[in-house]
Amino acid sequence: MTRLHIALLSAGLCLASQSVFAQAPAKPTDPQIAHIAYTAGQIDIQVAEMALKNSKNKDVRAFANDMIRDHKAVNEKALALVKKLNVKPEDNDTSRSLMQQAQAKQKELSALKGAAFDKAYAQNEVAYHQQVNAALQSTLIPSATNGELKDLLSTGLKIFQGHQQHAEHLVTQLPSSSSSLR
Amino acid sequence: MARENFTGIFLALAALGLTVGGGLAAGQSHRIVIKAASYDPAQVRVHIGDQIEWDNQDIVAHTATVANKAWEVVMGPGRSGRIVAQSPGRFDYICRYHPNMKGEIIVEP
Repeated sequence: MTRLHIALLSAGLCLASQSVFAQAPAKPTDPQIAHIAYTAGQIDIQVAEMALKNSKNKDVRAFANDMIRDHKAVNEKALALVKKLNVKPEDNDTSRSLMQQAQAKQKELSALKGAAFDKAYAQNEVAYHQQVNAALQSTLIPSATNGELKDLLSTGLKIFQGHQQHAEHLVTQLPSSSSSLR
Repeated sequence: MARENFTGIFLALAALGLTVGGGLAAGQSHRIVIKAASYDPAQVRVHIGDQIEWDNQDIVAHTATVANKAWEVVMGPGRSGRIVAQSPGRFDYICRYHPNMKGEIIVEP
């Protein structure tokens, strides 16, 4: 795959994330919010598992393991909370679009190997967390009506902002030549 | 509450001003609570011989990793870890997993 293709792929992944959250209803309900947040976490776990299969880079693998550990922990808390609140997470257009986009992203990433995969994965982690964090901040947290759900989402946001910074640092650690337009 | 085991890196840290583990602390104890991806308090002022303990009450694992990576305390959810101040200085630290988490230890003589 050429450098241009990789750069365009990265741009496409960012745009895909933006378009999904642009479809979110103006004020989603708590069951919809729970489903969107859980789905977003599951997607990051799936991509991290793909990174563990495809990457030999120790920093990329450590980051992927961090994502699996944290997103599983947050999603377990989310499941426990919806059970306690007797809320049934509700499938919705945003979570369905998120999953569709994720499948497309995984297909695109699966075409990459070695350093090109590592860079694209790390860049996508930055873009994905940016978009999820923006959606949490602007829509999901303000729309949540249950206090415990709002608290969990707020804690999740701080954790995911940490992931975003971690991913940004990872991108700078990886060789830049494979993804630049030259 | 369960403690992490830091024996393996004790000797490497002893010369760097802060000792992980803290079993022999004779000074005061300072507790830092980790919750919602934050250290509380974010800054502690201690004296040589004091013990600093992080209590991770968060839902995910965190670390306290000094900026130059000379020492690190790793704590799973619901676990804690300690160091003992051994020489004066300012020690900025972060969580290696969530670098938006920042703290500072000021060790006075």
